[in-house]
Amino acid sequence: MGQIRIIKPGLLTTVQDLGRSGYQQYGVTVSGVMDNASARLANILVGNDEGEGLLEITMLGPEIELLEDMVVAITGGDLLPVLNGNAVAMGKSILAKSGDRLAFRGVKNGCRSYVAFSGGIQVPILMGSKATFTRGSIGGFEGRALKTGDILTIGDPGKPLNLLIGRELRESWYEYNQTIELRVVLGPQADAFTEAGVKTFFSNAYAVTNECDRMGYRLEGEKIQHKKGGDIISDGIAMGAIQIPSHGQPIIMMADRQTTGGYTKIGNVVTVDLPKVAQAKPGDKIVFKEVALEEAHRLLRELENKIEAFKNQCAGKERLVINSRKFHLKVNGKPYEVMVEELKS
Amino acid sequence: MYEKTKYLMAGDRALVMEFGNAISEEINNKIRSMTAAIEAQNIKEIVEFVPTYRSLMIHYNPLKISYNQLKNTLEEVEKRLGSIELPLPQVIEIPTLYGGDYGPDIENVAKHNQLTVEEVIKIHTSKEYLIYMLGFTPGFPYLGGMEERIATPRLESPRTKIAGGSVGIAGGQTGIYPIDSPGGWQLIGRTPVPLYDPQRETPILLKAGNYIVFKAIGEEEYMEIEIAAKKGAYHCKSYPKKHGGDEHGTN
Repeated sequence: MGQIRIIKPGLLTTVQDLGRSGYQQYGVTVSGVMDNASARLANILVGNDEGEGLLEITMLGPEIELLEDMVVAITGGDLLPVLNGNAVAMGKSILAKSGDRLAFRGVKNGCRSYVAFSGGIQVPILMGSKATFTRGSIGGFEGRALKTGDILTIGDPGKPLNLLIGRELRESWYEYNQTIELRVVLGPQADAFTEAGVKTFFSNAYAVTNECDRMGYRLEGEKIQHKKGGDIISDGIAMGAIQIPSHGQPIIMMADRQTTGGYTKIGNVVTVDLPKVAQAKPGDKIVFKEVALEEAHRLLRELENKIEAFKNQCAGKERLVINSRKFHLKVNGKPYEVMVEELKS
Repeated sequence: MYEKTKYLMAGDRALVMEFGNAISEEINNKIRSMTAAIEAQNIKEIVEFVPTYRSLMIHYNPLKISYNQLKNTLEEVEKRLGSIELPLPQVIEIPTLYGGDYGPDIENVAKHNQLTVEEVIKIHTSKEYLIYMLGFTPGFPYLGGMEERIATPRLESPRTKIAGGSVGIAGGQTGIYPIDSPGGWQLIGRTPVPLYDPQRETPILLKAGNYIVFKAIGEEEYMEIEIAAKKGAYHCKSYPKKHGGDEHGTN
């Protein structure tokens, strides 16, 4: 068991997992990570279950002291992580030593990073989840964003750390563009809009406003016309639902959305594109493109297969490597780090 | 209620069964039956469902089941609804201390409706209120069926903090705040029973489709229940709802 200490909390650093499902019928928000794929990959990189507790950090990252040797991996938006002042590669599992300090220098791209620690963050499991829902003070670490001085417990990784290092995402999983294309499945209230309204929605760019958080992203652009106003008798809201109240501007509902709501929903962002929303920042432009449900499902299977393949690749490596050691060498006065892996023949 | 239930897409992981476009007990009853029937079927591709006033949102795993397969399954369940014996909805008794510091606006409500405080309590406790849905905050019940005779507009200026357990009236609606929150309801009383307790085995006390009835208690009983509830040793009285309903709140 290890620990980490929060030296500076950053803008909004919370403990999350894949969300609190099963309680929406009681009005309990799902919460959980905003960028599902990045979070799962971070956990896979450090040898955890995909749904382990990890940190979601936002824009301005925290400074964290590690109080034990552990393997760490950072995915998602690149917030320029540094370990003891030296740049750390994104999407790679690295060994960090007791006393090391992990910090973030600023936003290179995206908006949210995920930091996974081998063994996972240990907080009480509330209604089946470790996710923090700050608005309701539920879950995570004391139901709130992390503060200076907080000490979090990290679980036992269950295997030698040297078997977990050197895992790497070799390709980029999505590109960060200032114009983001989101694929949308129409419904459940697409018929509450005029034909011209639907056309407006798909043919204009919408800017991300400053009102964007874990609950939702308010966008601004050409007004989308309803047939008879934007109010409905409240019904359920799925992640990525695009609500359009009577003012005609879209709001994309995200992880901390309420379970039900009374505004018309023109469509829903497809699951594979939700990470793009999670990584969008104020000022970014969004364009919507209609896809059929079958296409959304095909894209989802493709992504899941890719994640599964990466997981198997990591597990395969784990079986092969019997031992690995790191050496610090100096050649002609220049320092080099060399890793030697002993493989099963 | 629609003649034919509408199946609507809500993204690539949820569908909505919409039964009508009104707030009515008939529609809500159908939702309760459908929810119970789905639960009994134990369809493992369904992740969870969210009943609301007039619809049922079903979150599913599209890697395990296609939209059309799920829709067919649900249509089959719906066809057999008439032949399924459902347990009666439960009526849960909510002990409530009316007036005083616990319900500082009860006199507003009485004055607004030209009633005495005692009459307000009598009317408020005489009805079984249908829990149409839960939402807004964890465990917040949207209740139907309050008598117009005690309807009172919201406060002009909302309070910044209302204690969890507060029972209030807003227009023609009554409700209970599960947790401390801001709000503009006219507060008439408070219950010592937590509607939401994350540490409890059942974190949320109420369930959509059931009913609640308020029971007036004194201060001493309030304290006793509060202590017992903290130890997890208090259980609300509940009983099956009688057939025929009490449409007008007079048993």
